[in-house]
Amino acid sequence: MSWVIQLGASTLDNIRSFGRAFLMLTGALIALPQLKNVRLTLQQIYVVGVQSLLIIMVSGLFIGMVMALQGYTILVGYGAEGSLGPMVALSLLRELGPVVTALLFAGRAGSALTAEIGLMKATEQLSSLEMMAVDPLRRVVAPRVWAGIISMPMLALIFSAIGILGGHLVGVDWLGVDSGSYWSIMQATVDWNKDVVNGILKSIVFAIVVTWIAIFKGYDAVPTSEGISQATTQTVVYSSLAVLGLDFVLTALMFGIN
Amino acid sequence: MKRHNQSQHTVFAYKQIIYSKGFAPLLFMTEHLVDIQNITFSRADRIIYDDISIQIPKGKITAIMGPSGIGKTTMLRLIGGQLTPDKGDITFAGESIPKMNRKKLYHTRKAISMLFQSGALFTDMSVFDNVAFALREHTDLSESVIQTLVLLKLEAVGLRGAAQLMPSELSGGMARRAALARAIALDPELIMYDEPFAGQDPISMGVLVKLIKALSEALSVTSIVVTHDVSEVLNIADYVYILANKKVIGHGTAEQIKASESELVQQFLLGKADGPVPFHYPATDLSSQLLGDLI
Repeated sequence: MSWVIQLGASTLDNIRSFGRAFLMLTGALIALPQLKNVRLTLQQIYVVGVQSLLIIMVSGLFIGMVMALQGYTILVGYGAEGSLGPMVALSLLRELGPVVTALLFAGRAGSALTAEIGLMKATEQLSSLEMMAVDPLRRVVAPRVWAGIISMPMLALIFSAIGILGGHLVGVDWLGVDSGSYWSIMQATVDWNKDVVNGILKSIVFAIVVTWIAIFKGYDAVPTSEGISQATTQTVVYSSLAVLGLDFVLTALMFGIN
Repeated sequence: MKRHNQSQHTVFAYKQIIYSKGFAPLLFMTEHLVDIQNITFSRADRIIYDDISIQIPKGKITAIMGPSGIGKTTMLRLIGGQLTPDKGDITFAGESIPKMNRKKLYHTRKAISMLFQSGALFTDMSVFDNVAFALREHTDLSESVIQTLVLLKLEAVGLRGAAQLMPSELSGGMARRAALARAIALDPELIMYDEPFAGQDPISMGVLVKLIKALSEALSVTSIVVTHDVSEVLNIADYVYILANKKVIGHGTAEQIKASESELVQQFLLGKADGPVPFHYPATDLSSQLLGDLI
């Protein structure tokens, strides 16, 4: 019988936790109109976006190169190496760009957000804000949420662009695929709305989810070193699982059903 | 002395500016600034306070003392509206804190300051920006006025020379003083000190005692000092409450408290290891446990 009680308590605890997370997110999203938040949001865009550029660009380059290498070895057997360009571009724009960017973002910026906010809680900085009549949701959470939502789609586009250049480097410059066919077939195949816009939409959804999880885990962390460490780990694990699960759902909605 | 008077005069002048911007602290209609009426508060299944009442007189220093873990900081959070009592009421300037809506509560907090045990300085800002924070958030004062105000506050706590240092570059005592400067930035009506002397060396402790007393007198601010440092606080407190066993076990002026006949009060004041508050955490009989099964 005790396991039933435990299951019930755990379920209630999760529902409460989800409720708190929902209230936090709505509170943060409503906080946009404040003019003072714009400067703070720009600062956070620098922290979570600009400072993530290096890892995003390097990862994009290598993933593009690997895809071109793998794609070429398969396509050349059918004499279809001219389709390397669209293969690389579609894979990156539809899937790998948004997904890998979100996973890297969760590992690099998400964990940092959780640790930062968790430490602010542990050192009573959040309580101190409240006592100074400054809403932490507006001052701390909102700029970070908006910075994540603005940064991640841009990072995903940069990831895809660098990946396409990486594919060109391997496919065209090293393996001898015709440059004209690489670009022209890509241009003819990739659809703005279906591929690029859907990729951006995916990225926005991932941005909301990853940033939400990261900030809530920090905000809700037990204010001890162990609690913050646990919250940081949970951010990366939950964000990664959420991104991969949501990717399937979004792909089914965007590309899977005609 | 002359500089002190000038500072006071300037503080007064800028206080008028803040008042004119609509951020005037609340006008007090009651004799007690804070009135805690028969509150009961529990966390999970543990009762922290059981039907206790405390009155904080205006313009005085009130000490709330008690053994560690008794919930002294919780009391400050209840007064600040960060926690809500299960029963009873807490009023600030005659208005019920638990019944305030969010907007009203945040407005009221502009008249309340809290000095946290850790200082709680924002680690990504310099000392100057920490002190300027509330002014920038809540007033439309120009940067030059804010600079003047901040420098005056820092001068009051002896840290004008440390204005550009980061919190990580401060000693524990300096951080506490910087936090104190931040706490008085908006000229609050109530300052709550959470264990201000904890972990301080004798010099820093002496400085803090002097500052709390001086600020209370110079700004006519109401102070609540939560601490278990008996000798320091009895020297400066106008009125003392001692909490233990979920109740107020004694209250009065420092002299009345020292003369109290309560065993519990005397155990606390004299720091006796055993007494009404037992040395041992409740446990089963030692011999039967040693001879019995493993825990």
